[in-house]
This record gives sequence, C-alpha cells and structure tokens, in this order.
Amino acid sequence: MGVAARASSRVGSRRTSVARRGEGSAGWLFTLPVIVILGLFLFVPVLMALWVSFSDWTGRGSPFSAGTGFVGFDNYAEITSGGGLPERNFGIALRNNAWYAVLVIPLQTALSLFLALLVNRAALRGRTFFRISFYFPSVTSSVAITVLWLFLFSSTGVVNQVLSWVGMNGPNWFNDPRGIVHVALSAVGVEAGPAVLTDADILGVSWWDWLSGPSIAMAALILMAVFTTSGTFMLLFLAALQSLSPDVDEAGRVDGASTWQRFWRITLPQLRPALFTVLTLGLIGCWQVFDQIYTGTQGGPGKTTLTPAYLSYESAFTDQRWGQGAAISFILFLIIVAFTVVQRWALRERGVAKRRMRQYRMTARENGGAS
Amino acid sequence: MNFRALIAGGTAASTFFALSGCGGSGFDDSAQDSTDDELTSSNSALTVLYGASGDAEKDAVEDAVAAWSKESGIDVTALAATNLTQELSQGFASGSPADLFYLAPEQIAGYADNGSLKPYGDLLSNRDDFYPSLVENFTVDGEFYCAPKDFSTLALVINTDLWDKAGLTDADIPTTWDELDAAANALTTGQRAGLTFSPEYQRVGVFMAQAGGSLVTDDGAQAVAESSENIEGLEFVRSHLKGGTFAYATDLGAGWGGEAFGKGQAAMTIEGNWITGALEADFPDVNYQVVPLPTGPAGQGTLQFTNCWGMAADSPNQEATLELVEFLTSAEQQLEFSAAFGPMPSVESAGDQWRSDNPDLTAFLDGADYATGMPTDVGADEVISDFNAQLESLKSSDPEKMLTTVQNNLEAVVG
Repeated sequence: MGVAARASSRVGSRRTSVARRGEGSAGWLFTLPVIVILGLFLFVPVLMALWVSFSDWTGRGSPFSAGTGFVGFDNYAEITSGGGLPERNFGIALRNNAWYAVLVIPLQTALSLFLALLVNRAALRGRTFFRISFYFPSVTSSVAITVLWLFLFSSTGVVNQVLSWVGMNGPNWFNDPRGIVHVALSAVGVEAGPAVLTDADILGVSWWDWLSGPSIAMAALILMAVFTTSGTFMLLFLAALQSLSPDVDEAGRVDGASTWQRFWRITLPQLRPALFTVLTLGLIGCWQVFDQIYTGTQGGPGKTTLTPAYLSYESAFTDQRWGQGAAISFILFLIIVAFTVVQRWALRERGVAKRRMRQYRMTARENGGAS
Repeated sequence: MNFRALIAGGTAASTFFALSGCGGSGFDDSAQDSTDDELTSSNSALTVLYGASGDAEKDAVEDAVAAWSKESGIDVTALAATNLTQELSQGFASGSPADLFYLAPEQIAGYADNGSLKPYGDLLSNRDDFYPSLVENFTVDGEFYCAPKDFSTLALVINTDLWDKAGLTDADIPTTWDELDAAANALTTGQRAGLTFSPEYQRVGVFMAQAGGSLVTDDGAQAVAESSENIEGLEFVRSHLKGGTFAYATDLGAGWGGEAFGKGQAAMTIEGNWITGALEADFPDVNYQVVPLPTGPAGQGTLQFTNCWGMAADSPNQEATLELVEFLTSAEQQLEFSAAFGPMPSVESAGDQWRSDNPDLTAFLDGADYATGMPTDVGADEVISDFNAQLESLKSSDPEKMLTTVQNNLEAVVG
C-alpha cells in the first residue's frame, strides 16, 4: 500500500467515525444485557471464588464478612505441598484426569473426524439418518447416559454378556480399581514396580502409581465420554468439511494423489481451525469431568475416578474446606489455559519448512523447464 | 479460537463453585453469633431439612412435624433434601439455614468449628434418657451438640434356608471367630460365599473392634489405627477373603451386602437395621434370622450409626426448635418412626417397648451396649474414605501398611 493510499484511508476513517458514534452507543446498548448478565453471573462469582481461594472462609455467612481472613497461598500450598491427605487426593485426581484426557482427546477427535468423513460422502445412502443417530448421544442428558452405562457395565451387564460369547471373562467394571497398565504388566508377570518408581513420589502419589493407567472403572467412563462427545465434534468437522472448496481436492486428484494422500495432505491441513476447536473443547471438557463422577461413581472405586473438579466440590461441600476447593478449581483453570496455549502453538500456521521448500522449488524448476 | 472465549470456557468450573458457594448470600454479613446458653426466640415459622431414605420416612417425618405444628401453633415446613450435605452447606453460607436438620456425626465437628451449629444438648429435658454412647458420638470438645435422632447397629444376618440346607443347626450359630470360620466354610459353595459385606471400614471395622482395636481412642483425642489388634482383625478378614469363604458384595456384583444376601449370592451378611426393610421390599421370599456378631479375641464388638437433629446457630426461633426436637425424640414418637422406617429409638425408655415390638431384631439393640461410633474429628470422614479405598484391595495388600497410612492421615486430623 502506497503512502498516499494509507493517508487517504486514515482520512476516511476519521470521517466515518462521526457517523459511527451513534452506532457505537447503540451497540453498547444492545450488548449491555449480556455484559451485565455475564458480569454478574460469571465474572463477579469468579472473582469471589478467587478471593475464597486466598481466604480462610469456613462456609458460614458471607466470605466477605469481617471474620474471614486473608491467608495468602496457604490453601494452594496445602494441596500442592502440604504432605497430607489433601495433597495426595489432589495428586490422585490429577493422575486420573491426566489419563482420562490422554485417552479421550485423541480417541474422540479421531472418531468424530472419521464419522464426519463418512457422513460427508455424497454417495452415502440415508445420510440424514446417520447424522442424526451419531449426534443423538450428544443431546442426551449425561446423567441418563451415566445411569445407562452403570447398567451396561455392571458385572452381569450386557457388555460382560457379550464378552462371554467370545469366551472372555469381563471385569467387574465400575468396581475394579486396578489400573489398566498395571493389569497389563501383571499379565506378563510384573506385580510390583521397581524401587526407583515406587520410592519416589510426586504430590503424594508414587511414580509407579502415576503410571498405573486409568482404572478399569475409569476406562468405562472414557468409553462413555468418547461415545457421547464424538457426535458434537462430528458436527463441527462436518461443517468444516462442507465449507471446503472441492477444487483443491480435484486438483490433487488431477495430479494423481491417492485418496489417502489427498486426506493427509489436502483435507486435513485445511481442517486445522476445526481441529483446533475440537481439541480445545475436548481438552476443556476432559479436565472438567464432573457429572459422570457425581452421578456414577463418586470418585470410587479406590479413588480411581476422582477428578479435580469433583475433588473441588467434595473439599468444599463435604469437608468444609472451601478455600482448598476454590484453589483446586483455579489450578484446574491454569492447567486448562496452559494446555490450550501449548496446543495453539503446536497447531499454528507454519511456513513451509526449508527442507520441504527446496522440494517445491525443484518441482517448480522442473515444471518451468518442461514448458 | 478467540482467547477471551477460551477464558470464559475455562472458568466455567470455577464459576459453578463460586455460584453455589455464595448462592443467595449477596454481600451482606448476616451471620450472627448467639451467646452460649441463650436461645433465640421469635414467632418465625420453622424449616426442617431432612434426607429421606424413602417414602416411608418422608411420610413419617412430615406427619410428625405436622402434628407438632398443630399442637404448638407454629408453622413448620419439612423439606426433603435430595443432597443433604450440599443443601446444608448452601444454607449456612447464605446465612439463612434450615432451623433443624439431619446431621451425621462425621459432619458435626466441621460445622461446629465454623460456628454454624447451636449446641443445645444439655438444654434438653430428656437429656439423660439418651444412650450414653450416642451422646458421646455427638459431643465435640466436651459439648453435647445435638439430640441423637435414632440409631442402628450391625449384626449378623443369616439366610435360614441356606443354613438348614448346609446341615447347620441353631447350635452352630457362630459366637466366636472360629465358629464363624466353620459356619462360613460350611455355607460356601461354588456360586455362593459364606459371608458378604461391603468393602468399607463401616463393615470391616467390626472385626477390628472385636479384636480390640479402633481408629481413635474413646475420647477421640488420639489416633490408634496402627495397632496389633487392628492388624489382627484385618488379617482375619483378609485370609477369609483369600480363602473365598468371605466375599465383598461388590466382588459378587452387588451394590451392598443386603443385595448380595437377598440374591442368594451369600448365606450371611453383616448389616444394620435397614436391611429388614430392604429385604421386605426387594426380596420378600428370603427367610432370615438376625443374631449378634460373634465374639472376637477381645470380646464383643460392633459399629453403630446414628444421626442427630442439628440446630442452626442462625435460627431465629431456637426455643421453638428445641421444643420440636423434644417432641421428635420422645419415646412415643421414636417408636412410631421405628415402626415406619426401621432404625431404633435413641432413648433408653423406649427400649423395652421396642424389644417387644421387634422380638426378632433384638440383636441390633443388644449391640448398643458394646458398639463403637464413627470418629467425629474434622477430616476423619475423609480419612475413612481413603481407608475404604484401600480396603477394596485388601485381598492383595498388606494390612499393616494400610493401617500405617490410616494412622498418618488420622494423626493429621485428630487432637
């Protein structure tokens, strides 16, 4: 853009700003209800909770009354380095939820993308039917699905019946606290971990226990999360797929790329914004698991389905340690923000790598030479 | 994705807690402390918050409250809580809690600590009628906080059909650990365990009590979880779980001992008074007999469970509330409650009448003489749930190590 052009655009913006002033106040007027509602029910409560996490509020009367004192980072210290049960519980909850996230996020993303690709195909008969039925679990209440899951995965439930047809003895799903990595290891004869792993601990949980994998009960919840969320994410992918221009794909086809290559090199890179949305929403959802635990397992068996969100609730409402409960939810918030920032960085738009660039140049030169 | 939207999403969890924690409280500072012996008095209507086990309890409580309301002329609303703990906490935080509510012993210390409760036990006109062990359960720092509502103890429940089928007679009813071992052995078959119970201290603890152990000393001042008695109790359970004559209800695919017992997956179970109602409702064809738990190396032992009528410090009409409590805990009213939904009256004066009303269940009431309650220290609840989590894998773990953890956790909260 030339200097003259830039100057003229500045003049233009000054001229329109007068006319837009009226629009501005109208805009504020229209957004005011939402700002007030969000402020009152989201922003103010968050600040109140932040205060509670730094206070010794005991749960009686207002947290802003005279009797409530500021205790600095005491609550945070208690759950991250206190050495007692609160620390261990927090460690266990993080362990459980980390395994949950590690398994749920890739599975649900892959499954929802796969489903979206399936129902996006023009050739599929009864597309609408499949779209609706894949989406159906997402609109069903999570409480209802949890109850359904408890029945399906009971020791004599449908899942174990089906497993018995193929000669497998299904586990007692929701009552089995064994971690699946530990189960797999004990199958090859490793019952106890090496001293290196069992003696050292972090947040009151030994390294060996950090590596236990999700418990069998948690595995059932993981399957449930994948089942219920993939429909929603399928919809996001589907919307993104439909907005892709078919030209690019066609160009790839003309160049002789196989279906597989076209998916990896053409479709998937174009889906990056949708992928980021799905991964972020999945990540937030995964670190906030609450309803399934509250209605289904209450953290059991053996605390293996305890999650930070549920622990926060329990510390506050059952154990009357409101400061710790609030502190846990803020640590959770930081975890989510940190992971999202990492994800944003990992999925950023990148220039073509130098190594690859050379390839492009060479092809261009060859093409140029040919013409 | 827009970063602001991200923050909004990320804080949703925190918001949830903030909202429920401060719900309805606004910013006013309405919590007031009343002096120790004085009760507030006004003509405010009363609210009673209770957690009903079912329709029978709901109807019984509502009828009783309505009857008192008619008699005294004071309006009372009885509210059935769906989640008692949460609703109580919300009430206390808002500064306008229910005047009277069900309260579990493990929660008393926490609420007493933050001043939410009005200790009124010594003001009761029927104070000396309550069983001493129950009074002890509701005494925090030497102060008798609230009137025991009713109570239950654990006893041994035997399926008489299976008992006869195994060729056992009344003479075989176990009174010692050895006899329990023999009976469980005789009753165990391929598809059936001899004895079942839930994997929790609230059941397994009876063996620790019978071996002479406990989690805390009687006055609740010291943690004594790591004792040879407790180890002996747990070892007894562990060896039988391994041998297959005992089995956890959850391992049998049942939610609790009563269910496994009713389904015939086990011939004996350790449960409390509530099992009679449950069996009647779900397994009416099962014939059973209730006998005292066997004597262990240190004598008899069982656990007792109770709730009390908690009174809010913020209640504007404590005088009327106290009268309501006296009405609800009277021998007459408690016998009515007992007939409606099971638990035993918390007052000794109702004992004889209860025995003659329930001749088959006297084993439960006999337990009152030697029963231990749950520890009431702040945080003890959490220690026990941690212990329970470990008990689930008792079969494959070392009881001594387990108790060391419990001891360490208890020491942090006791004293």
